[in-house]
Amino acid sequence: MMRQEYWTLMDPCCDYCLHSRDNPCAKYVVCRMRGPFCHRSVECREKRQRRIREVLYGSQGVRINIGASSCGLAAGAERVLEAVKDGLRSMGVEAEVSAVGCLGLCFMEPFIEIQSEDGPSPIYGYVSPENVGDILARYFEEGSVDGAFAIRKRTGRFKDEDKVPLLDELDVWRKQVKWVSRNCGVINPESIEEYIVTGGYEGLSRALTMRPEEVIEEIRLAGLRGRGGAGFPTWLKWKICREQPSEEKYVICNADEGDPGAFMNRLLAESDPHRVLEGIIIAGYAIGASQGVIFVRAEKPLMAARLEKAVEDARRWGLLGENILGSGFSFDVRVMRSAGAFVCGEETAMIAAIEGRRAMPRQRPPYPASKGLWDKPTVVNNVETLAHVATIMAHGWREFAKYGTERSKGTKMFCVTGGVKRTGAFEVPIGTTIRTLVYDIAGGPHEGRRIKAVQIGGPSGGCLPERLFDLPIDYESLQEAGAIMGSGGLVVIDDTNCMVDVARYFTSFTLAESCGKCIPCRVGTKALYDRLSAIVEGMSSQEDLQLLEEIGIMMKEAALCALGGTAPNPILSSLRYFRDEYEAHILEKRCPAKVCRKLVSYAINRELCVKCGLCAKSCPVGAIAKTADGYFMIDESRCIRCGTCVITCPRGAVEKR
Amino acid sequence: MSGKICSGNLIESLQRIQEKQGFLPRDSLIKLSRDTRSPLSRIFGVATFYHQFRLEPPGKVTIAVCMGTACHLRGNAENYEFLRRFLGIRPDRSTSDDGLFSLEKARCFGCCSLAPVVKIGDMLVGKATPRELQKAISRVRESILREEAARGAGGGKT
Repeated sequence: MMRQEYWTLMDPCCDYCLHSRDNPCAKYVVCRMRGPFCHRSVECREKRQRRIREVLYGSQGVRINIGASSCGLAAGAERVLEAVKDGLRSMGVEAEVSAVGCLGLCFMEPFIEIQSEDGPSPIYGYVSPENVGDILARYFEEGSVDGAFAIRKRTGRFKDEDKVPLLDELDVWRKQVKWVSRNCGVINPESIEEYIVTGGYEGLSRALTMRPEEVIEEIRLAGLRGRGGAGFPTWLKWKICREQPSEEKYVICNADEGDPGAFMNRLLAESDPHRVLEGIIIAGYAIGASQGVIFVRAEKPLMAARLEKAVEDARRWGLLGENILGSGFSFDVRVMRSAGAFVCGEETAMIAAIEGRRAMPRQRPPYPASKGLWDKPTVVNNVETLAHVATIMAHGWREFAKYGTERSKGTKMFCVTGGVKRTGAFEVPIGTTIRTLVYDIAGGPHEGRRIKAVQIGGPSGGCLPERLFDLPIDYESLQEAGAIMGSGGLVVIDDTNCMVDVARYFTSFTLAESCGKCIPCRVGTKALYDRLSAIVEGMSSQEDLQLLEEIGIMMKEAALCALGGTAPNPILSSLRYFRDEYEAHILEKRCPAKVCRKLVSYAINRELCVKCGLCAKSCPVGAIAKTADGYFMIDESRCIRCGTCVITCPRGAVEKR
Repeated sequence: MSGKICSGNLIESLQRIQEKQGFLPRDSLIKLSRDTRSPLSRIFGVATFYHQFRLEPPGKVTIAVCMGTACHLRGNAENYEFLRRFLGIRPDRSTSDDGLFSLEKARCFGCCSLAPVVKIGDMLVGKATPRELQKAISRVRESILREEAARGAGGGKT
């Protein structure tokens, strides 16, 4: 157990290895896995191979992974981790316990996986400190994988293997392609060694043997387009920046993921931060920059901390800093925490924030590629795009371009949340249909519910009705249908949600986040919000619908940046597909989904009522009174529809009508 | 290496002040303005632009209700209203009268799959319902009061 304290794969194997920050060796990275190259030594080679096995399966041959990214931790992973250690101790089993990232199967957090070289690697979901002892006892004492969510391979060496499905056979896994998220939930994100063992920094090593133009060409051949929203070809951005005659250039990694409902960037950066960092270094090399900035959202502190750790470790081993791997290329990266403003996602606003000003966008052109941070040529790429860059450089453009459609290559991560059985982050080839994603992978609606739409692309995106679910998800098809791919947030709206309320919600978001610089956005979002509020409160007329459309179209044409230009999308798209819901609110003063408070009434169901009187006590306006027969009744003329009684009733007897 | 990005960035200076003091006191902003020779109006402009910055002292524990899409759809608007009432926070304020709790709306924490999410101090409560929140807050309130009582008893003797 103690050996690893003294020697890791990153350390020199013997006195022959001279790699250090001041004396970098070009083959340092590949040498870790396949070396030594500079001297012949069976001993050094075996030392490496032994250590690689140790990293993969622990020094005792068994390794227990616990998903501990933000969502896992929120679900209680920390306590599970302690319980695993306790359980092992009490059974007298020695195994490596490792905190890993997120598999993207967020619905069953916290999860654990028991890995060994010749074992079936069972993955367990919904683990709690209470049930983890049983799981461990069953595996280690009875040799059974019963109760696992899935196993990675069949070995025939464990009991009940046939009762548990293979991970690759499950719809939730089978229809995904784990390309950029391959390490997520597999490696310990805080260990650079584990990243190296899975082939990390080989993309960078390869890139540094090529000319920068060749790197850009490789990305062009791969057909990678920006994963942050607009889908601009990454190579073109790089090429424009490369051709600028400036001594000083910058790379900015946009990790200011603010789109509510999207968390793939957090997941990637928390689970595999070195992949993102590697992408940034490659981008820096390709455009000729010497400095990179990772701009991280302040609300996601773990993401910032893990990226910072990655930067520190990379620096320590000479993968960042002066003369990287002896190539003559020098580059450093710094993590900056955003103070929180959605508009920072707009690249010129982000640059203003990094310069320490209010994050207000400016007119483009000039684009940042020619005039960006401190007026120097700057490339702004999002986390997922950069992680793709590192993966493409390691595996070659052909592997990447195998997936996707004619015009949009590769894979994309989507976060599916809302009214589905299996929420999570899933990676699929671009061009996969919405139906596959929502029904096959995410498991479709909850029992007794019906999915009526998905909102793709967050507050800048639009909603698409169920009948369009066979649409392939790619940049162009979605745009034609009135939505956008955006960063890949996909919120499933079921029949308990009201489309007008959803549109109003998104508008309240853009209203609050509008920076106030241009009038179409500042005044337009407020006007839209007021009209929508009137509709949900039953104070509107048919003319409001026309007004919504007029203001929306005006904003699309006149707003300064993408925030204002896309803010009307949720309204315009739901007006296009769900006009009947708007009309029910306006003409019949009725909310079909019974969400809009002013348009619903409450009543007590006598069959469920137990006459406890809690509702009457909790009602802030005294609208609930006891009737002669002991039951309670709501006086509609006094009810303010606050919903308190619904919350307090222990029997769920207060119903919306 | 360019020193420019690393040099005193206003946002990061403000973050440091807030980290130390819990909010941005007026005096600190005036001092920062003198030290950095930048107009107070500019500093105030930045401080009020970003969500992270607070100009009033927060309660002992901050409760942040996620207002992301998934959380909204799954009932966090109701949770927020419930918390306002439960904590007895007045309409024009964000801190409860006893100074124990501040309530704020937060943008997405990125834990959408656990929606609706409420953060009490450093603790994330997933799949939050008014009942769960009530329990969690009562626990936190008790532990604060116990700590204060212990400190008060210790300090009372001197």
